[in-house]
Formats: sequence, C-alpha cells, structure tokens
Amino acid sequence: MKRIYVNEKWCLGCHLCEYECAFANSHLTDMVKALKGKVIHPKIRVEDGGDVHFAVNCRHCTDAVCVRSCISGALSFEDGMVAIDQNKCVGCLTCVLVCPFGAIMPAPEGGVAQKCMLCTDNLTGEPNCVRHCINNAIVYEERD
Amino acid sequence: MNLYIQPEYEVVRDESRCIACRVCERQCANLVHSFDAETGKMKSDSTLCVNCHRCVCVCPTHALKIVKSDDTYKVNGNWSNQTINEVYRQANSGGVLLSSMGNPKEYPVFWDKMLINASQVTNPPIDPLREPMETKLWLGKRTAQVKRDKKGKLINTLAPQLELKAPILFSAMSYGSISYNAHESLARAAEELGIYYNTGEGGLHKDFYKYGKNTIVQVASGRFGVYKDYLDAAAAIEIKMGQGAKPGIGGHLPGTKISADVSETRMIPQGIDAISPAPHHDIYSIEDLRQLVYSLKEATDYKKPVIVKIAAVHNCAAIASGIARSGADIIAIDGYRGGTGAAPTRIRDNVGIPIELALAQVDERLREEGIRDEVSIIVGGSIRSSADLVKAIALGADACYIGTAALLALGCHLCRTCHEGKCNWGIATQRPDLVKRLNPDVGYKRLVNLVTAWNHELQEMMGGMGINSVEALRGNRLMLRGIGLTDTELSVLGIKYAGQSM
Repeated sequence: MKRIYVNEKWCLGCHLCEYECAFANSHLTDMVKALKGKVIHPKIRVEDGGDVHFAVNCRHCTDAVCVRSCISGALSFEDGMVAIDQNKCVGCLTCVLVCPFGAIMPAPEGGVAQKCMLCTDNLTGEPNCVRHCINNAIVYEERD
Repeated sequence: MNLYIQPEYEVVRDESRCIACRVCERQCANLVHSFDAETGKMKSDSTLCVNCHRCVCVCPTHALKIVKSDDTYKVNGNWSNQTINEVYRQANSGGVLLSSMGNPKEYPVFWDKMLINASQVTNPPIDPLREPMETKLWLGKRTAQVKRDKKGKLINTLAPQLELKAPILFSAMSYGSISYNAHESLARAAEELGIYYNTGEGGLHKDFYKYGKNTIVQVASGRFGVYKDYLDAAAAIEIKMGQGAKPGIGGHLPGTKISADVSETRMIPQGIDAISPAPHHDIYSIEDLRQLVYSLKEATDYKKPVIVKIAAVHNCAAIASGIARSGADIIAIDGYRGGTGAAPTRIRDNVGIPIELALAQVDERLREEGIRDEVSIIVGGSIRSSADLVKAIALGADACYIGTAALLALGCHLCRTCHEGKCNWGIATQRPDLVKRLNPDVGYKRLVNLVTAWNHELQEMMGGMGINSVEALRGNRLMLRGIGLTDTELSVLGIKYAGQSM
C-alpha cells in the first residue's frame, strides 16, 4: 500500500506541510480565506530539534495499536489505511494516548479525535503535504 | 562612520494575503523576515535582503514580492545610484568590492543580434520527429592518419575523444564554491544525459569517483585536489588558465566555505581562504603549457583528451593558435559574461571580451592556419538558451559549456551573492542546513529536463535549416545573419548582414 514517508535528510523544517494540511482539510478553495487569522490544527506536525526536522503524521501501521484500542469501532482499516469515522468516535482519546508517534490528536471542534486520512476525506484527493513539499522530503509511495 | 545605504530592493508583503505561517522567516538565511508576536504579523527588513526570491517562491499564498526601490539620489546621468553607493561602500570598508555570477552590465549581447536561417522551397527543411537528426558528437583532435599494419589492417591513430549525446557540457564549478548536493545533481544529470560535468578547481569528492566517466577534472593554478587517482578517474583533464568572469586572476574561495569535507577534497587547511595564484607558476609560455599538457597525458597513459581553458581576452585568437600547437585536444574559451562564485567587481565588469567575438576570431584564425582539426572548441560565458547554442555552433564552436543556466535549473535566482556563502537555494553554500535545501533527486531531474529541452529545440532549429547533424552546423556561418551590427562587428563575427544573400 502507498504510504506517506518523510525523509528526515531532506526535511527543512519549513512547516509548509502543516499549513497545506490545514488548508486541504478546511474544505475551502482559497488558502487565505481558509487560514488567515486562524490557529491551525494540522494532522501533520513538524518536529524540530536543533538542525533535525521531521514531519510526522499517521504511519498507517499494519497492526495499528490505535485500531486495536478503539472502544467504539471508529478506527478501522480501509484498504490498509487507518481510517477514522468521526460519527462513531466517542472522544475517549485512548487512541491519542496509545499512538507511539503522536499522530492522532483531539479535533479542534472537540469531542472527537482527528488523524491523517491521506486526503481521501477532502477536496484534494491526494496528500496535499506531499504535493506541496518544496524539497521532496515528504513522499507518497509503495515501500516493502 | 558607516554611512547608511538604502537597500536597492524592497520586500513588499500583501497584508491581505499573509497568513503568518512564518515559512518565509524559516527559509531566509539572511534573517529578513520575523514574526511579531504582539501584533501577530510578519515583518521584513529589506536592508538584509539579497533578492534571491526564496521567500517569494515558498510563500503558500503568494503574499510576497520584491521590488526595485524607488528611493533615489538626485538623478545624475554620470553618477548612477549604484556607482555612488559603491563609493560609499568602499569608503565604509576600505575593501575591494566583491561580486558573484556573471557580468550584469548592459553591454551588447551579440547573440541577440544574430538571426538563424531556415530552408524554403529549394532545400527542404527536415522534420526531426520523423527523420534522423544527430546531436551526438565527439570532442578531440581530428588529425588521424591512415596507417596500416603488416597485414593491411587499419591502425587506429585517432587521439582520445569525448563522446557527447548533446553539444552541451556543464561548466567548471568547484566543490566548495557550490555544494555537495549541487555537484551530485550535476554528476547524475551528466551521467543520465551522456554528457560531462566539470569539477572546477576544487578536487573531486570521494563519493563522486563513481561518476568518473562523465567527469572532466580540472587542474588549475592552485592544483587543489590534484593527484593520480583524480586524474585517472576522469574522462578528460582540463587545464584552467583563465576564467571569463575574472581573466588575469586566480580563484578565491572564502575560508567560511571551506568545511571539513571541502578541505579534505581540496587537500587544503580548513577555514582558511583558498587563493589560487593568478598564473600557473610553471607556465610562462606555450612551450611551458606544452610541458604540462604532456605531463598530464603521460600521467594518464595518453588515454584522455586534455582541455585548455582560457578567458576570452583581446589576443585570444593568437593564444588559441598557440594552444592548438601545444598538444591540447580541446580549447575551452570563457566569455566575459561567465559566472563565478566570487570575483572583484571591477574585474568581473570590465575585463575580457564577449564570447561571440572571441569564438569567431579563434575559429577563423585556426582555420586560416590550417590547424582547426588539431583541436575542438568549447565555448561558455553565458549560453542562455538553445538559440545561443545554435548560434555558437554556427559560429564555429563544437560544443558549449553551460554554468549559469544549469544553476538556474537548480533554483538559482541570480541574486549574485554567492561569495557570502548563505545561498538560500542550497547551491553556493556549505552550511549544512542550507545545503540540504537542494535535494539532488529533484535537482538532477531538472538539469536533465533542461538539457533535453534544449536538445529538442536544437534539433528543431537544425531541421529548419535543412541540416541533420551538429557536425554539419559547426562553423556554418552562412546560417547566420547580423542585425543592428556595424561593419566592423560583422567582419569580426565573419557573418553577413540580414538581407544579404549567400
């Protein structure tokens, strides 16, 4: 299955992916309208430590501990992708606690969790962070 | 007293579009942009801006632009703002003015005053999409003699040749002046394209020996990084006598750019300025040059062509004649618009001559003397497009070096501050956080695209002329006509005026 991978070697820590993620999930077509004056809640986060930068989002683990720990059946596998159904989510945030990557977070509107759905749940249709990464650090590809 | 100098360019932010994502701030090595937490707005300090356009390119909402400042001193036809500011800068610092990349002054560009021919009716054009159109060529001596062994079989007496799939090479840019990732991009692109890149005088990084068959190694006056394995690794060896951007002086790599890796590759101390001598101290005549040419040939078993590179200067035709007689296989001529990582501004802007004129004169001189076949000619120094390439070949070049165009493909925006070592595009820098901005996977592909595109255009233009190989275009000056040129310029270029028939 194709997954999003981040090459730490090429990640510049520009944080552009966070804004592109927030824009994609705003369901708007104008970035300025979507993000101006707003606090963003992206599903991808760039972790910075000195000269090291690394964008982190859901790894879509094959044996995902979040799916196993979900008490309401909101998290499931869809063709290998770890998907969340926010209508089923009860907001217990167990998944947030168990995710070893910190890739699931409470949704800004509250009451439910949010996570990367590879942009299948918005207008862009393909991962927007990958499309706009200025150094090809974030890639969407098949790996063994 | 350091007199304040108003910046030449100003950063303009469209407040209605800025989302304060701070990407511009994170991507500017010159610290132009900053975030004001109190107002929640971005600020910019134009005095620090070098106009490299990195922020403009990465801004996700296109909220930034850089404009020429309209601040002006009292307008003066003789003393331009720039001229006045340069005096102020020198009065402030007492130093020689430094610049980078090619001469930006408004001298005539002769490429733009030459027009290319096309076939009509009597000699049909060729369609390169349907008919063969050869852009492959060889560089080297073409003075083979027909000799046979006792059994009557032909003995190969042809001197070693460089085979190119397109008449384009990446010009000499040293590791040190440009980054590891820039070199990797050039090397990988050269390999995929079947052409060559040139190490410049900075030695060959140990990781890049594997690209040896597409590498030209340079032996310059500083002899940086030159040893047996270096020579053995290469496809050809270039002796750098001069450089178009700074004829008459040697290279200068600031100590800040000499990292541990650069130091190891160049075999020089870390952090100390590397200054190449102006002359080769063992070369004061053509006879001396001949000794170095043959020393290098001897060291590499006569298997590699030797290139001698000179800057285009007033007497270059006579010099080229000497080089052709020195045993060199290829002459490279670099025009006064050629790029550099650092040069004294006055030299870059005032020394040397246009490559168009130098090429025309060298080719003519070598043909008059019957020694044109002794050498191939490569020209560089601002070949900006495939049209320049076609015109250069028609004027007599075998192939062209491209340096600035290659860097542009890698992201360079010609801000001309390479010498400061803070290239925001990861090209002319050794700072690890900046070097990583140039991902060679992206860079090499862009170089391959550029050369492939130029090669297509070359084929289209050759087809239009009814010519089906670059070898047949070479020196075909009847394919060129001058426009807006004086009689002297036409005679130096050896071409007719537009409208004059064959």
